[in-house]
Amino acid sequence: MGRLDTTTALSWIRAAADAITAHEAELTELDTAIGDGDHGANLRRGFSTAALAAERSAAAGQEPGAFLVDVGGALISSVGGASGPLYGTALRAAGKALPGPDADTAALAAALQAGLDALCRLGGAAVGDKTMVDAFAPAVTALQSAATDDLSQAALLAADAAEAGMRATTPLRARKGRASYLGERSIGHQDPGATSTALIFRALADALTSDHA
Amino acid sequence: MKKLLNDPESAVADALAGLAASRPELMVDQEHRVVTRRAGVRPGKVGLVSGGGSGHEPLHSGYVGLGMLDAACAGEVFSAPTPDRILVATRAVSAGAGVVHIVKNYTGDNLSFDMAAELAREEGIEVEKVLVDDDVAVEESTWSAGRRGTGATVVVEKVAGARAEAGGDLKAVADTARRADAMSRSFAVALRAGTVPAAGRPGFDLPEDEIEIGVGIHGEPGRRRGPLRPARALVADMLDAVLADLPETSDPVVAVVSGLGATPLLELYVVYGHVAEELARRGVAIARNLVGNYVTSLDMAGVSITLCRADAELLRLWDAPVDTPALRWG
Repeated sequence: MGRLDTTTALSWIRAAADAITAHEAELTELDTAIGDGDHGANLRRGFSTAALAAERSAAAGQEPGAFLVDVGGALISSVGGASGPLYGTALRAAGKALPGPDADTAALAAALQAGLDALCRLGGAAVGDKTMVDAFAPAVTALQSAATDDLSQAALLAADAAEAGMRATTPLRARKGRASYLGERSIGHQDPGATSTALIFRALADALTSDHA
Repeated sequence: MKKLLNDPESAVADALAGLAASRPELMVDQEHRVVTRRAGVRPGKVGLVSGGGSGHEPLHSGYVGLGMLDAACAGEVFSAPTPDRILVATRAVSAGAGVVHIVKNYTGDNLSFDMAAELAREEGIEVEKVLVDDDVAVEESTWSAGRRGTGATVVVEKVAGARAEAGGDLKAVADTARRADAMSRSFAVALRAGTVPAAGRPGFDLPEDEIEIGVGIHGEPGRRRGPLRPARALVADMLDAVLADLPETSDPVVAVVSGLGATPLLELYVVYGHVAEELARRGVAIARNLVGNYVTSLDMAGVSITLCRADAELLRLWDAPVDTPALRWG
């Protein structure tokens, strides 16, 4: 079965921070090609700070919803650039939509849908614009339509969907964010934002499978 | 990468410490990376806050002082400052008459300043946002994040600061800033990319005989590459692009020729000579000019040309006294 409680949510944020740190060079590389090369360093810095906030929030006994709100707030005040407000707002909105001490697949899917909606509202991006939304949206869809109530299995499907969405950004022409200034020249490069989103969903799957193995 | 740094991580903090040591009239809040005027804001004066990623020096901290900005927020290199820090700056310069946020049009800057403005309004501080979007190199703007804010920022901050210093209210200061932006257009070319300290290598590679045309100030490549040609020909093409989009009035222009960080002054004067010659040929009078490093992109080699159509009022505001690290007259 599996449910997301604060302990699992904390494992998720720790795993996400580790994954971002491990992939910093790759994110920098991707962002240097079509952006300004700051995505790796910004996210590594921000997620390290957010991970500290996460430890404090969990230690204070927050429920997973309030925990995600705390982590989102830390991301907004530590990442910088566009990705801090975007990821932070998404996590805060997801946290506000997550009731109770633990969440099943349907509840987490609904919360992440709320996070995705907030992200799209704030950034104005839609699927196909070559942004983090291209990995986030299919992951939420996979979670919603997972034909299993095993949350860790559903999270694996979501991570796979996020990675497929990430890879599918390569042939796209950017319409949002800094890569959009390149026009046609943005084609042929994988989007760094979609890449970090895929890392975050993979971290969720890792946290859930290791906790409930 | 060869840079005069201790550690890429501390680049912004170390530069702000140097600014503080050099300019005792400025106050540097290292915790929040906010630079303000030590004298504070006169009660009843509209506060002016700008900011953005670092790496564009003297933008924005070099424009804090009498007749220009009241506060500048320094983000990490090329990254917008976080909303909580912009809020700290907004509070610091709020003197009862509201605060103008001057924001270069980039996704991160927009998001962060909007979030900060929302928080400030919740605290009862009136905030007006002025967007700077002068870069004509961004075409098809409905399909992109819109025209970027580049060289016009210095013009906008100068005239808005003068308007605020002269007692203009929140709306008047914001309107002046918006008018300066609406009357300004810029275009830049790069000969060599800059290197973000944390990335450690140039944002793009260019063959010896090629340039990036329509480049931004964040190391992102331009819209296309072209052959390096004599300065005269490059300037003519850049002015074609700027003038095609610049509002047509009979007013003269303020012309800003800014190096992008690693361009010798000798070359900037070569460029300015051709700007003056070309504009004279096209019947556009230059009322004022700046030649130097005003809006840069780390160690990018290249130049941006900004023209602002300035009527008598904008010229009067341009000429008003200013005393900042990077602009000083009157």
